[in-house]
Amino acid sequence: MEKILIAISFGLLLLIIYLIFRAVTLILSVNRRASDTDSGNRINAILMIIFLTGGMGLIFWYSNKASAHFLPESASVHGVWIDELFETTLLITGIVFVITQTLLFYFSYRYQHKPGRKALFYPHNNKLEITWTVVPAIVFIALFVAGLDAWSKITSKAPDDAVVIEIVGQQFSWIVRYPGEDGTLGAYDYRLTDGVNSFGMDFTDRASFDDFTPPQLHIPKGKPVLLKIRAKDVMHSVYLPHFRLKMDAVPGMPTMFHFVARFTTQEMRDKLGDQEFNFELACAELCGRAHFAMRLMVVVEEEEDFYAWYKAQKPWLSENPEYLSKVPGTLKEWAGIKTEHVNF
Amino acid sequence: MAVQPIHQSQEEPFVAHEEHHEGNFITKYIFSQDHKMIAKQYLVTGIMWAIAGGLLSLLFRLQLGFPNANMDWLKPLLGDWIQSGKIDPELYLALVTMHGTKMVFFVLTAGLSGTFSNFLIPLQIGARDMASGFMNMLSYWLFFTASVIMFYSMFIETGPAGGGWTVYPPLSVLPQAISGSGLGMTLWLISMSFFIASTLMGGINYITTVINLRTKGMSFWKLPLTIWALFFTAILGLLTFPVLFAAALLLIFDRSFGTSFYLSDIYIAGEVLPNVGGSPLLYQHLFWFLGHPEVYIAILPAFGIVSEVIATNARKPIFGYLAMIGSMFVITFLSVTVWAHHMFVSGMSPFLGSLFMLASFIIAVPSSVKVFNWLATLWRGDIHFTPAMLFAIGMVSFFIAGGVTGLFVANSAIDIQLHDTYFIVAHFHLVMGSAPFFGFLTGGYHWFPKMFGRMMHKGLGYLHFWLTFAGVYLVFFPMHYLGMAGFPRRYYSFTGFDAFSSFTDLNAFISIAAFVTFGAQLIFLFNFFYSMFRGRRAPQNPWRSNTLEWTAPINPGHGNWPGSLPVVYRWPYDYSKPGAQEDFIPQNVPFAQTPESNLPEEVKAISEGLPEVVGKDFQDKMEGDDISPENLAQ
Repeated sequence: MEKILIAISFGLLLLIIYLIFRAVTLILSVNRRASDTDSGNRINAILMIIFLTGGMGLIFWYSNKASAHFLPESASVHGVWIDELFETTLLITGIVFVITQTLLFYFSYRYQHKPGRKALFYPHNNKLEITWTVVPAIVFIALFVAGLDAWSKITSKAPDDAVVIEIVGQQFSWIVRYPGEDGTLGAYDYRLTDGVNSFGMDFTDRASFDDFTPPQLHIPKGKPVLLKIRAKDVMHSVYLPHFRLKMDAVPGMPTMFHFVARFTTQEMRDKLGDQEFNFELACAELCGRAHFAMRLMVVVEEEEDFYAWYKAQKPWLSENPEYLSKVPGTLKEWAGIKTEHVNF
Repeated sequence: MAVQPIHQSQEEPFVAHEEHHEGNFITKYIFSQDHKMIAKQYLVTGIMWAIAGGLLSLLFRLQLGFPNANMDWLKPLLGDWIQSGKIDPELYLALVTMHGTKMVFFVLTAGLSGTFSNFLIPLQIGARDMASGFMNMLSYWLFFTASVIMFYSMFIETGPAGGGWTVYPPLSVLPQAISGSGLGMTLWLISMSFFIASTLMGGINYITTVINLRTKGMSFWKLPLTIWALFFTAILGLLTFPVLFAAALLLIFDRSFGTSFYLSDIYIAGEVLPNVGGSPLLYQHLFWFLGHPEVYIAILPAFGIVSEVIATNARKPIFGYLAMIGSMFVITFLSVTVWAHHMFVSGMSPFLGSLFMLASFIIAVPSSVKVFNWLATLWRGDIHFTPAMLFAIGMVSFFIAGGVTGLFVANSAIDIQLHDTYFIVAHFHLVMGSAPFFGFLTGGYHWFPKMFGRMMHKGLGYLHFWLTFAGVYLVFFPMHYLGMAGFPRRYYSFTGFDAFSSFTDLNAFISIAAFVTFGAQLIFLFNFFYSMFRGRRAPQNPWRSNTLEWTAPINPGHGNWPGSLPVVYRWPYDYSKPGAQEDFIPQNVPFAQTPESNLPEEVKAISEGLPEVVGKDFQDKMEGDDISPENLAQ
């Protein structure tokens, strides 16, 4: 019953709109004068100017207001380059945007049809056309060169002394693995993955005995960090907004990204005046129903704090001793030393 | 005799014009082979899809704008997809996916190209119909089949495809990963296969018609820019859609026949999958080889339509006709060299990234040339604000607004941060969503009188324009700010992250703006369908335009022109020519008839007696040819 009433009232609403339209059309057609078309033209021309000034005003006013919510100063070294490029591009395109939009609306207003106006027959001008081909081309090439410089530096080979961390995306969380005392991540094979051994760690490789897997991503400040990125099921994307860092995690194709953090978590908290602040890692590649909830906490520490934390971590194998049975006989003793006796 | 069938299709309507060309209801309105009816079928189907795609966006805007609201009132519509007052996250993803698929493919490709290529190509080049009317009909009905399948997929239990409109594997392969990758994805792939076949048949027809069926005197350099644009669009579609088909075919194999083109090293739902050696990047390369040209497939027809409408209503020749063609050619060519700028952070080689960054910057050059040429066309014009003209100006405005942000995302370094954030959403919704959509509306308003022999209501057109123009900006411009705050796209909710917890008021504002903007489209729908039957009767040439379609009868029959086809003597942009009595000289007026306005080189050509300039002999010769189809057939 309720639905029928809603449908009827909706139909009545449409009917009323239709009747108003008919009435207005009839009244207008009775009152029509010769200049009616021109008044429509004038109103539209004036609206062009109102839209231009109103729109520009709104953009500048709100940009200023919204900037309070923009991401804070980049917490990574390469992010500063990216932000500089962004600002340069914003300046150039901002100027072009304002000029071209102004011309578009101003011309529309200025050259509106009026009785007696005749348009200028002006089909082309080679000089003008060459100018506005070449000038943008030069600007774009300059932007390209600047971008290429940053891109090459960002994507160059990681320094040898970088802290290596493996990060793996899975539905719907991130897991991280550190190489432990030996500084080498143990081998993995996706076929060895199971409910407990999320990384598919291969325990025939002795480098995996001391690998540890903390619940948060810890990184040192001021030291290169190399993220080795994998995905277990579908594609994910490592996204560290405060570090201007993003790289897809692809099943079957390990990727990587290296960067240097500029601020510790505490320094960032002090800068922002927000003691609750934490760096976060998000997923930026659609991966399923909880894509929006793949959050990993990131902790940036001073180098000595980081190493203190690093040394305090227990190897994964010592937390999951049942996997010691996967270790081949010749390495069992070594594994035992690594997992039970050594708290470095 | 081998040529006879072609001539028949060309001449038969003309011979039979007085007799029985109407046909019965089915051949006239349903299985029609007439290009004008097929264009209208595409137009109406495109409008239906635009409504569907728009409604879906309203649903997910509800979620984004008002994440805490109780959605139980949607239960009658969405059923079990509403659980304890919340929209299911997988439904959200399905809505986003279907919105993208429908808008990009069914509205801005089939709706836009299908309508205007079919309608304008024969009428503006002076042809009786498309090269193959049957194939043209087949093209529409394949599109219709694709539409039915895609529409049906929204109502199945596991939901439609939900992996985003790009349907990246492995997500789109594994039903364990998302329920939309079950039957919904299968239907998506079947639908898209029909769609691609439809696009190819249409494209082959458009290209053949433009090359072969231009009327006497209509050289390539006298073609209106609409035809150039639609011609380039068809070529681009023909080159790139088969690659999407290849991508889809391999996806079908991976999904249904156990191959590993895109799959490798997968552990999902507690199970190790046997697939090794495949590469998800292969799919991305294949997809974006179509996917990027696709945005130009959407925007090129809008370029053409807007150029034509701006020149007509500014009563000025389009500035830089050759530069306009040249820039479209360069865009067409370069558009197949930029695809991997969608993949800067996909793990692809950074060296490749730098090459694609260069190509992406270069393709911005012809795009900016077009903007400057439009501005120069407006300069010192005599601008008549018809609704079509308003939408054309709006399209240029959107193209600038969305175009400048292209320079951010073309830069692979900046793209590291902006990739898959709302900045991208803002960028492409303005430049390849709203701009072609406004091109579509421009064409709709401009050629409505030719399509239906009646005028649309002007005042409602104005109202529709201003509400939509302001509304679109209010929806998409603020998304730049969300992007600069780092918000990732395709997020069901932003509450899980401290970093993205701001801007809740802005998100609500965007949603309200979207509802209002969608509501404004009802004005258009009313105007469109009301005017179709009850609008003021259209005069012969309502916009005082130069192109050939306005020389055809107000309601052109099958075959378009009774009697002989018009002959073309001049380019389509002789507006406000100095000395001329009127401010326009249609393409079929010979120079010999306009001594008062001829330019020096035209006077010289007349003195040399070139028939295509003088007109008289040329026309006689033409009519002699045309009137005796029996002679031609021999």
